[in-house]
Amino acid sequence: MADTTTRAKLRWGLLDVIVVVFALVPVLWIASLSFKTPATLTDGRFWPREWTLDNYRSIFDTDQFVRALVNSIGIALIATLVAVVLGAMAAYAISRLDFPGKKLLVGVSLLIAMFPQVSLVSPLFEIERQLGLFDTWPGLILPYITFALPLAIYTLSAFFKQIPWDLEKAAKMDGATQGQAFRRVIAPLAAPGLFTTAILVFIFCWNDFLFAITLTSTERARTVPVALSFFTGESQFEDPTGAICAAAVVITVPIIAFVLFFQRRIVSGLTSGAVKG
Amino acid sequence: MADIVLDKVSKSFPDGTVAVQDVDLEIADGEFVILVGPSGCGKSTTLNMIAGLEDISSGELRIGGQRVNDKAPRDRDIAMVFQSYALYPNMTVRENMAFPLKLAKLDKETIDAKVDEAAKVLELTPLLDRKPANLSGGQRQRVAMGRAIVRQPKAFLMDEPLSNLDAKLRVQMRTVVSRLQKQLGTTTVYVTHDQTEAMTLGDRVVIMRGGAIQQVGPPQELYDHPRNLFVAGFIGSPSMNFLHAAVDDGTLRTAVGDVPIGDRIRRELEAGDAPRELILGIRPEHFEDAELVDDDTRRRGAEFTAPVDIVESMGSDKYVYFTLEGERASAAELEELAADAGADFSGGGASLVTRLSAESTVREGEDRRVWFNLEKIHLFDPSTGRNLTLHEGRSSGALAD
Repeated sequence: MADTTTRAKLRWGLLDVIVVVFALVPVLWIASLSFKTPATLTDGRFWPREWTLDNYRSIFDTDQFVRALVNSIGIALIATLVAVVLGAMAAYAISRLDFPGKKLLVGVSLLIAMFPQVSLVSPLFEIERQLGLFDTWPGLILPYITFALPLAIYTLSAFFKQIPWDLEKAAKMDGATQGQAFRRVIAPLAAPGLFTTAILVFIFCWNDFLFAITLTSTERARTVPVALSFFTGESQFEDPTGAICAAAVVITVPIIAFVLFFQRRIVSGLTSGAVKG
Repeated sequence: MADIVLDKVSKSFPDGTVAVQDVDLEIADGEFVILVGPSGCGKSTTLNMIAGLEDISSGELRIGGQRVNDKAPRDRDIAMVFQSYALYPNMTVRENMAFPLKLAKLDKETIDAKVDEAAKVLELTPLLDRKPANLSGGQRQRVAMGRAIVRQPKAFLMDEPLSNLDAKLRVQMRTVVSRLQKQLGTTTVYVTHDQTEAMTLGDRVVIMRGGAIQQVGPPQELYDHPRNLFVAGFIGSPSMNFLHAAVDDGTLRTAVGDVPIGDRIRRELEAGDAPRELILGIRPEHFEDAELVDDDTRRRGAEFTAPVDIVESMGSDKYVYFTLEGERASAAELEELAADAGADFSGGGASLVTRLSAESTVREGEDRRVWFNLEKIHLFDPSTGRNLTLHEGRSSGALAD
C-alpha cells in the first residue's frame, strides 16, 4: 500500500514538474532575453553572460511605451469595473428572480461570448469611425465590456446561486432594508466571486490584441500589446528584440500583482456554516 | 408582544395555483401555535405571509391589532428562525446575534448587554467569538434562536427549526424551545411537518391540507376528536387504523367482525343521501389482548381473531401487526397521507396495527383473539372525510345514542 502511494506521489510530482516547466520556460526565456545586451542576444544561453538593464531603460525612455501602459491600465480597469458592476446586477437578477425572458437573456449573452471576434472587427471599425469613437478609450472600453459581460454574468451567477436565499430573508427579518441586506450580508459573501470575475475580465482586456490593433491608430488609445508590435530599434539596423522582451516582462507585472492582490480575498468556502450541514 | 389575526388570508401565485385559501386564525398574545401538515399544504407560505416575506393575495393580517399587509418585514417587529438557520457566515456568533440590534441603531453597550444575556439563556457564552462554520448543528440552531430572541420582538416565527438536527438532539431542543417560549411568553408560530413535534410543543395545533385549515385545537382534542379523516390519519404515531365498513341493516360489516351502531349514527345513516360504505377508524391503543381484558371492560367492546404478522416489543408495550382479509379502506385523504409518509409500498390486503400490553404473550405466526373498544371508534364518510361519530365537537364512539 505504502509503496503504491509513494510511487503514485512520485508519478504525479513528475507530471506536475513537467507541466510547470513547460509553462514557465518561455516566460523565463523572455525574462532572460530582456536582461541581455544586444551583442549576446542570440548566443542561445539561458543565463545571460552580461547582465544589463538598458532594455528596461530604453522602453521607459520612449514616450510610446509609457503612454501605451497608461492606456492599457486605464482601459482595462474601467472596462473591468463597469463589466463587474453591470454583471453583478444582471447575475443577481438571474440567480434570484424569475422574470419573463430570463432564458433568452442568458442565451443571448452566451451567443455573444461565442461569436467569433474576427468577424466583428470590420463592422466595429466602420461603426466607430462613423460615431467618432475610433482611436479613443471608450472605443475600446465598449467592445471589451460587451465581450466581458457574458463572462462576468456567468461566473457571478454561479457564485450568487451558492449564497443561500435564506440569508437575505433572515437579514430582512432582522430589520434590514433591501439595500442593507445586499451590502452587509450578500456582498461580503459574494466578494470572492466578484474578485474572481474581476481578475478574469481584467486579464481578458489586458491581453486583447485584435480589437486594440483594429480600433486604434495613434498613441491616443493604443494599448501595450499593440504598442509592442510597433516597437522599432533606434535605427533600422538596431534589433528591438531586447526592448520587446523587457516590455513583455513589464506588462506581466500588473497582471501578477492584480492576481496576487485579489487572491488573498478569494477564500473558498466562505459561505460554509451559513446553513445546515 | 402581540396577538396575530389572520382574517380570510389567501395566497395565489401568478400561474393560478392557490397555495393558501381563506385561512382564519386568531393567535392570542403569548400563545404557542403550531402549523402542521404534509409538504405542500401551505403552512410555510402562511408563515412567510405573517413574516412579510410573501405578499398576501387577499384577506387581512393584523399583528397587535394593526393591519400589516403592506408593511415590510422589518416594520413588523417579528423575528424568524429558519430551517436552514441562515446564520451570516462572515460574522461571529456575537455579530450574528447583534446584527438585528445594530440595524435598530442601539448603542454599543445596550447591544453587548442584550447579546450577553441572550447568550447566557442559550448557553452560548463560550462560543461568542466563533464563526458559524466552527459550530455543531445544535449550536448553530441555538445561535439562530439567539438572534431571534435578542431583540424581544412582538412574535417569533419558526420554520421547521429542528428538522435538520438528528433525532436525539431534536428531542432535546424541543424542550429547549418549549421552555424558552414559556419563559419569554412571546407569541410564537411554529411550522413543522412532524406531528410529534406538533403534539408535544403547542398550546394549539393547526392542521392544514391543500392550503386550507382542517382543524384547530389543543393537541389532545385533535387526537381524541378529529373532525375528519385527514386529521385522524395525520395525528398519532403509529397512525390510526382505517378499515372498510359496509352499512348493513343496523350494523357495520368490517374485517374485524360486525360492529353495532347506536341510535344517533343510525339516524344519520337513514337519511337519503347517506353513504352505504363507511371508513372505520380505531387507534392502536384501543386494542387489547382478549386474555388480559376483565369482564367489565369486555362488555364495552367487541372481539375478533386474526393471524399475527409481526410483533414489535417496545418494552413498555407491544406493537402487534395483524393481517386482515377483506377490502382496504380507500379515500383521497388516506392516499395523500400515505404518499406523504412515503408509503407507496403496501403488501396486499388490509393490515392492522395494535398496541397491546407488555404482558401479552402474543407470538408471531399464531392466531390471536383481540378485543377493541367500541366507545373509541370513529366512523368517516369516505367521500367527504367527515367524522360521523363527532357530535358537538366530541367523538363518542359508534354506540352513542
